[in-house]
Amino acid sequence: MTYTRPPHGGTPTPTDGAPLISLTDLRLTLGRGAGAVDLVRGVSLDVPQGTTVAVVGESGSGKSLTALSMMGLLPPGVTVGGGDIVFDGTPVARLTEREWQPLRGRQLGMIFQDPLSALNPCIRVGDQIAEMFRLRAGLGRREARDRAVESMVEVGIPDAERRARSYPHEFSGGMRQRVIIAMALSLQPRLLIADEPTTALDVTVQAQIMRLLIARKQARGLTMILISHDLGVVSRSADSVVVMYAGRVVESGPNREVLTRPAHPYTVGLMRSVPDRRRPGAALEAIPGQPPDPRTVPSGCAFHPRCPMARDRCRTEVPALRPVGPARASACHFADEVVGDGANLPETNDASEVSGHV
Amino acid sequence: MSESTPVLRVKDLHVDYRLSGGLFSRGRRVRAVAGVDLVVPAGSTVGIVGESGCGKSTLARTIVGLLPPASGQVLLGDVDLATASRAARRRLRPDVQMVFQDPYASLNPWMTVRDLISEPWQIHPGIVPRERWDAEVDRLLELVGLRSSQRGLRPHQFSGGQRQRICIARALAVRPKVIVCDEAVSALDVSIRAQILNLLRDVQAETGVSYVFVSHDLGVVRHIADTVAVMYLGRFVEQGRTDEVFGAPAHPYTQALLSAVPAVDDWRHDRPEEIVLGGEVPSPLAPPSGCRFRTRCFKARDSCAQIEPELTDRAAGHQVACHFAEADARYGIVG
Amino acid sequence: MTLNPVSSAEAPDRAAAGPGTPTPEANPPVPAPARRRVPPRAWVALGFLALVVLGAAVGPLLLPYSAIETDLPNRLLPPGARLSDGGVALLGTDQLGRDLLAQILAGSRVSVIVGLATVLIGGFAGLVLGLLAGYFGGWIDTLISRLGDAQLAFPSVLLAILIAGVLGPSLTNIIIALAVTRWVIFARVVRASALTVQGLEYVESARVVGAGHLRILVRYILPSCWAPLLVAGTAQIGLAMVAEASLSFLGLGVPVTQASWGATISDGRDYLSSAWWISTLPGVALALVVVAVGLVSDAYRDHTDPRAAL
Repeated sequence: MTYTRPPHGGTPTPTDGAPLISLTDLRLTLGRGAGAVDLVRGVSLDVPQGTTVAVVGESGSGKSLTALSMMGLLPPGVTVGGGDIVFDGTPVARLTEREWQPLRGRQLGMIFQDPLSALNPCIRVGDQIAEMFRLRAGLGRREARDRAVESMVEVGIPDAERRARSYPHEFSGGMRQRVIIAMALSLQPRLLIADEPTTALDVTVQAQIMRLLIARKQARGLTMILISHDLGVVSRSADSVVVMYAGRVVESGPNREVLTRPAHPYTVGLMRSVPDRRRPGAALEAIPGQPPDPRTVPSGCAFHPRCPMARDRCRTEVPALRPVGPARASACHFADEVVGDGANLPETNDASEVSGHV
Repeated sequence: MSESTPVLRVKDLHVDYRLSGGLFSRGRRVRAVAGVDLVVPAGSTVGIVGESGCGKSTLARTIVGLLPPASGQVLLGDVDLATASRAARRRLRPDVQMVFQDPYASLNPWMTVRDLISEPWQIHPGIVPRERWDAEVDRLLELVGLRSSQRGLRPHQFSGGQRQRICIARALAVRPKVIVCDEAVSALDVSIRAQILNLLRDVQAETGVSYVFVSHDLGVVRHIADTVAVMYLGRFVEQGRTDEVFGAPAHPYTQALLSAVPAVDDWRHDRPEEIVLGGEVPSPLAPPSGCRFRTRCFKARDSCAQIEPELTDRAAGHQVACHFAEADARYGIVG
Repeated sequence: MTLNPVSSAEAPDRAAAGPGTPTPEANPPVPAPARRRVPPRAWVALGFLALVVLGAAVGPLLLPYSAIETDLPNRLLPPGARLSDGGVALLGTDQLGRDLLAQILAGSRVSVIVGLATVLIGGFAGLVLGLLAGYFGGWIDTLISRLGDAQLAFPSVLLAILIAGVLGPSLTNIIIALAVTRWVIFARVVRASALTVQGLEYVESARVVGAGHLRILVRYILPSCWAPLLVAGTAQIGLAMVAEASLSFLGLGVPVTQASWGATISDGRDYLSSAWWISTLPGVALALVVVAVGLVSDAYRDHTDPRAAL
């Protein structure tokens, strides 16, 4: 294997071993009592200091909900039904809204998919950023204003002094996302959660934004969790990858290894569902069926109805997430077979192309 | 793919949008499509790619007759749809159908699947005799991978992917020659997207329908399209066979687009560094003089501001609109 | 992340799922995701409305009310009081000794008829004009919208007084007067939702298929207008009843020989401190009817709108 270009995330940074945030058997539950439904069904996840962890999955996999739980921003009706979230040594899963407040912004920053709805349409952009500095960092009006313009310059907004006086609707999608990034990073948080940060953007703008995110992350030594459905974006920016399906982690491991030698049939299926440059025009190997409804998750392995390898055992026994090599884990009874099987992408210099969003 | 006579031709098409004006002023006109030529051969797929706001959706909507052209022609066979008589338009309408982006918004929520698919036969009597409606609905449902037992259900009882299948069945009901797919798989999950793309291919093989496939997703277009046109600010900047254009892009914009597409195992590429374009697409209200792309182009020189480059042949069936076009396979994404 | 409301999680037919073949996506989606059950309060409300309509239809036969016949010895009796002739006035009597229950039953006739007829006639006119304005836009929209604006700038009661004054007091004329003042509200509501729907992709899909204006209006736009129209109609039933009361109070309503809730309420105004029941009880009846109509229409909307079945 030639290694001509490092992923933009850089080589995995050496870590001191202690995760900045870790989830242990996290359950997120919608509703209460008899009608309660588990939307996230026992997710364990460690994010080491200074690394980028990508969480990949389709809609309904629970990836966004998991991200929100780490910010204390669960939607109404959804509660932590079990397990724990430990941020920097402190359990945070059951904090009250008041206790979350000081953590957000200073310790945790978040970027959302839709930058327009994350900004107040009636307040000038500069004032929205300045407000972060005034309320949370206690700066004076003048100083907060200067800092706001400064942070807009940092995220590459041209003519920041003038643009600070514009309203969000006067910005393009890419520029709005820059504003959101400026706001998320304004108080120098230690952990940045980016939920589909480029999904709504054109591909050339997506490239700009991912570059910016990674540059800011490296300059500040940030830890980042990247939520995405786009394997291409993930492969360019993450150190490690966590694949979720139906509220569970089905595979995790270092970025390059997971994406070259996947150890779960779902990961294999995801990679084969995107057009492959080696066989242009050939039929795509679609994953049949569709993701399950959280109210009626199939017995045994939740993926078994769609899995080409499913056997009797898969229908009855829930596979545990178990190690399949150094730093890798897979929740498949037949993970060894998947890794060693022709299910893998051949080791060629060709890359399989992933759909990008223009 | 047969190289027979084209079923649809677009000639020098211009489309305007009128911005709503104030109380006393007439709205200003924005030229969303500024001179586009397109040929859709029978049984083949033409891809149109570009970033949001480039005019690709306007073009799609003009082709199906949802928007009137400001000038130019949309020719179906030899009839210009824009100037044809009402009766002729009505007769030709079924020939060009459309599949929309959002499967949650493009089906009438109050109608059953059976009504949705058979409605076009009510509108255009003569396509399918009434006594054959049920059988034909069943045949179409089966063709798109749904069950005939599902024909009594309403759209909200289906998932996104299944709704898109219903949309395809409805479009096929009038036996069209061309189906315009406007971002038809963009709203779907990755695994479902593949199912629908395969379905479109199979339907084409079975019925010989042509597609105009509009998308921002280069990977998907590369996969499905026989020929492709790259659109920027209302014009095509590069056009040709998909393997040519995506294999060795010659226009700086196409090169930038393709280099920005992230691949799963990017680190194994010997591709050059991705080209990160500066700035954003200029407003179509005031397009730049000369070449429309020059404000973001890494090759731009003074002459680009003066002379607007025309689409010219660089190779057989590969046209580029750039003064300094240079095909470069390093940016290509076809192996 | 949202919960996918349509579930279908059954095993797909794997044999048919090979590459290339159109893969039937998992199984039949669950049949109707359990339409929301009609809440009990809606049934109670519906029962109450049925009772009111029944009361309006047959009540006066059982408990004859006469506007002329007065019974001065028994005037201003509180609810439940014994009359001089030995009977019981369940809801009391008014300042002329007339039985209040009989008045309410008799008055319900006028109120129900005026409320319903006004909303039906005004609603129909508003629906048609609103649809045309919202769908076609352009000069049609300008014409209808400006006409409505001009009319709204004029106090509606004043307009009703004017019309009722010119036409003279009668039940029909009241309905005409009120319907004329109400259509704008319905037209606006309908126009707004027609405008919204007409930009949706499924309306465009109908155009692409070649559907004509009439088909699009009736099958695509109209169904979306029912819900807001129903909500507006519910509020207007109550308001129309109240407006009828105002007109009756001014002597422009139904002739004095006919009872109406509004007339009774205004009759009792002078006695509010000594005999509260005269104004209060018809008022309560009016309020109950309005609330009940609201509950029923909410339940109906939830039950019929496929999009609300989340």
